[in-house]
Amino acid sequence: MSEYNFAYLDEQTKRMIRRAILKGLAIPGYQVPFASREMPMPYGWGTGGVQVSAACLMPEDVLKVIDQGADDTNNAVSIRKFFEKTANVETTAATSEATLIQTRHRIPEEDLTEDQILVYQVPIPEPLRFLEPRETETRKMHALEEYGLMYVKLYEDISQHGQIATSYSYPLKIEGRYVMDPSPIPKFDNPKMEMSAIQLFGAGREQRIYAVPPYTKAVSLDFEDYPFEAMKADGCCALCGADHTYLDEVIIDDDGGRMFVCSDTDYCESRRAAGHVGAQATPQNQEAAAS
Amino acid sequence: MTPLLQVNNIEKNYGARLGCKDVSFDLYPGEVMGIVGESGSGKSTLLNCLAGHLEPDTGEVLFNTRIEGMRDTLKMSEPERRMLARTDWAFVHQNARDGLRMGISAGGNMGERLMAVGDRHYGQIRTQATEWLEKVEISEERIDDRPSAFSGGMQQRLQIARNLITGPRLVFMDEPTGGLDVSVQARLLDLIRSLVRELGLSAIIVTHDLAVVRLLADRLMVMKSGHVVESGLTDQVLDDPQDAYTQLLVSSVLQV
Repeated sequence: MSEYNFAYLDEQTKRMIRRAILKGLAIPGYQVPFASREMPMPYGWGTGGVQVSAACLMPEDVLKVIDQGADDTNNAVSIRKFFEKTANVETTAATSEATLIQTRHRIPEEDLTEDQILVYQVPIPEPLRFLEPRETETRKMHALEEYGLMYVKLYEDISQHGQIATSYSYPLKIEGRYVMDPSPIPKFDNPKMEMSAIQLFGAGREQRIYAVPPYTKAVSLDFEDYPFEAMKADGCCALCGADHTYLDEVIIDDDGGRMFVCSDTDYCESRRAAGHVGAQATPQNQEAAAS
Repeated sequence: MTPLLQVNNIEKNYGARLGCKDVSFDLYPGEVMGIVGESGSGKSTLLNCLAGHLEPDTGEVLFNTRIEGMRDTLKMSEPERRMLARTDWAFVHQNARDGLRMGISAGGNMGERLMAVGDRHYGQIRTQATEWLEKVEISEERIDDRPSAFSGGMQQRLQIARNLITGPRLVFMDEPTGGLDVSVQARLLDLIRSLVRELGLSAIIVTHDLAVVRLLADRLMVMKSGHVVESGLTDQVLDDPQDAYTQLLVSSVLQV
């Protein structure tokens, strides 16, 4: 433990990041630049989220790390181990027990509470980036609230696919002001962003932090005649039988066999523990099917 | 009648070099003004100063806004000026690539301006885009094609449609026919002329092509080395040029 400062980053850096976080919370949806540090992991693996988590972690915190809803995938395991080693904090897979949750591309199914912080890993914080490559211009567009261009993306979707085909990173307007990229969470999760927990977004490579305070209005952009729709795969979880959760499709053999399972592994497991059984669940052999 | 645009003593220098100087004129609603001159005479500098792309060193550009009457656009705040630029004003670039988003379909390009002023109904946006495609003589079925799949002339027509879809009152055009072959040029000119007349637009057209102004412009300003050397009714200036440079310009036109 003594080789590292608590939670890896030095105190000055954490202070700088906390200031950015506070500013982000004060201006919901606004991208605050910060001096992102080199982290001992490649860009794209959550360097932004890790720095935000490190700045927020307290010794008494209980940490949960999820990657695409799962607690046991590569990215989640390595970040969890990183903080176990550098901060010596308790970790958990149970959503309700965690005080700080770092997530990649999902919001947990279980409702979060006011005592929790949700930290997102963000690859590209700028929702207008693929439409307007100039940073100077996108900043000006945010400043002047010129968001017509964001709708062009949705227009293109409808004209090409007959519906708004954007299914992740679906832009939201926060508190009636800033348009924000929610990081690549499925649009199924968008309505959940009006929640009780603090939501922080860290983009390490792009050096931006932004935030959504609790109970902040977050409206997904749409057209009057093509309203926003939270989409999920049609079906129920094969393990726990849930039909209200976001589902992953798992190919199970070479003959086109497939099953849907909850992407939130912790939620799925707790449902099965509570006695819910899905169509393909074999209660004795749960672990093998879940991966 | 109040002028739509009143320009007073515009001067723009690039360091020690002169861009344009002492330019003043009034533009009335429905009037088309041509600015001609050789390369480097300050035409484009002037146009960019008027359209708010460049900040002139001195002078005023008063625009008759819908709500507040005459306003100096140079003293407006940036949000106001940008709002004006996407509602009452339009700017047609010489190169269509500068005025279009090449990675977005034709419909999206036209819709962008509508969405920028708050249109949020896909069906209506689509209908308007289709109507405008027809007006600029592009087949309706090309609406979902990207401008990169269009010919030069079509791109230019699309750019015009994109600019006019929000019903601007003043259009700035910088060499709208530059780089197009003559038959396409003729078609485009015909189109611009009928649109301008039909919609009662005011326009300022910068060009070095005297045929373009002869066809489109009511009035003409001839520029040389940053100064206006002659101005007047188009036919009058072209048929009876007074200034030596204008005489040279008119006599340099190739006759086929």
